[in-house]
Amino acid sequence: MWSWVGHRITGVVIFFFLLVHVLDTSLVRVSPEAYTAVIGAYKNPLMALGETGLVAAIIFHAFNGLRVIAVDFWKKGAKYQRQMLWVVLALWLVTFAGFAIRHLSLALGGH
Amino acid sequence: MTAIQNPRSGQLGSGKIAPQYKRSGGSKGNFEMLAWLFMRLSGVVLVVLIFGHLFVNLLVGEGIHAIDFGFVAGKWADPFWQFWDLAMLWLAMLHGTNGVRTIINDYAEKDATRFWLKVVLYAASAVIVILGTLVIFTFNPCPVVDGVQLPGGFCPAP
Repeated sequence: MWSWVGHRITGVVIFFFLLVHVLDTSLVRVSPEAYTAVIGAYKNPLMALGETGLVAAIIFHAFNGLRVIAVDFWKKGAKYQRQMLWVVLALWLVTFAGFAIRHLSLALGGH
Repeated sequence: MTAIQNPRSGQLGSGKIAPQYKRSGGSKGNFEMLAWLFMRLSGVVLVVLIFGHLFVNLLVGEGIHAIDFGFVAGKWADPFWQFWDLAMLWLAMLHGTNGVRTIINDYAEKDATRFWLKVVLYAASAVIVILGTLVIFTFNPCPVVDGVQLPGGFCPAP
């Protein structure tokens, strides 16, 4: 139940970011200056936290999505769905920790 | 004397199911089943494409500090990354649009509300997919600014 709620919420968040992300990337077609100026907004510390939160959502949606596929297509998927949720949360924690440490030290560290 | 009706599940002896009791068929075809299948297939591919995208753009080298016009130009000078980003754009947009469509169908109770929310959704998605596709294919990685060729190892020498 809660994994289903989490899947929906993270999905919607990712979708709205995707719309914005295609628009900001499209600025490369306007001019190099326009793109570099707008992408500069992604490099401030507050945005670094936002990016980290977004990636947390993406990693959960990715691993839980693979769990949904396993539940649907693997013969024993439904039987092990609860155990697989713990696997998802463990993988999420490890992957997210790795990303957050690397990204935040790059984004917040001196350049 | 009361006549006994034929079973509702089909004409006697025909082995067919009456149209109103079919789970698929009618004008919608099996669109919902294909959408369901697409979510799973595109989902697997998107995990690979997006994890690769995040790793190459944010975790390698200087990470986010390296991203500027030259970074994008360098990637899209290579058909490999053009195709990668194009596949990611189309699959992610279709996957996301279908996901939001499902959510609208679940929570918007009035027919008119559902209809208009989906009109807005499809219009926004179409604009984004077309814009993104055009940008990937019409992009010039070696623009001349103020008469000067921007430096880039992938550009022809001025």
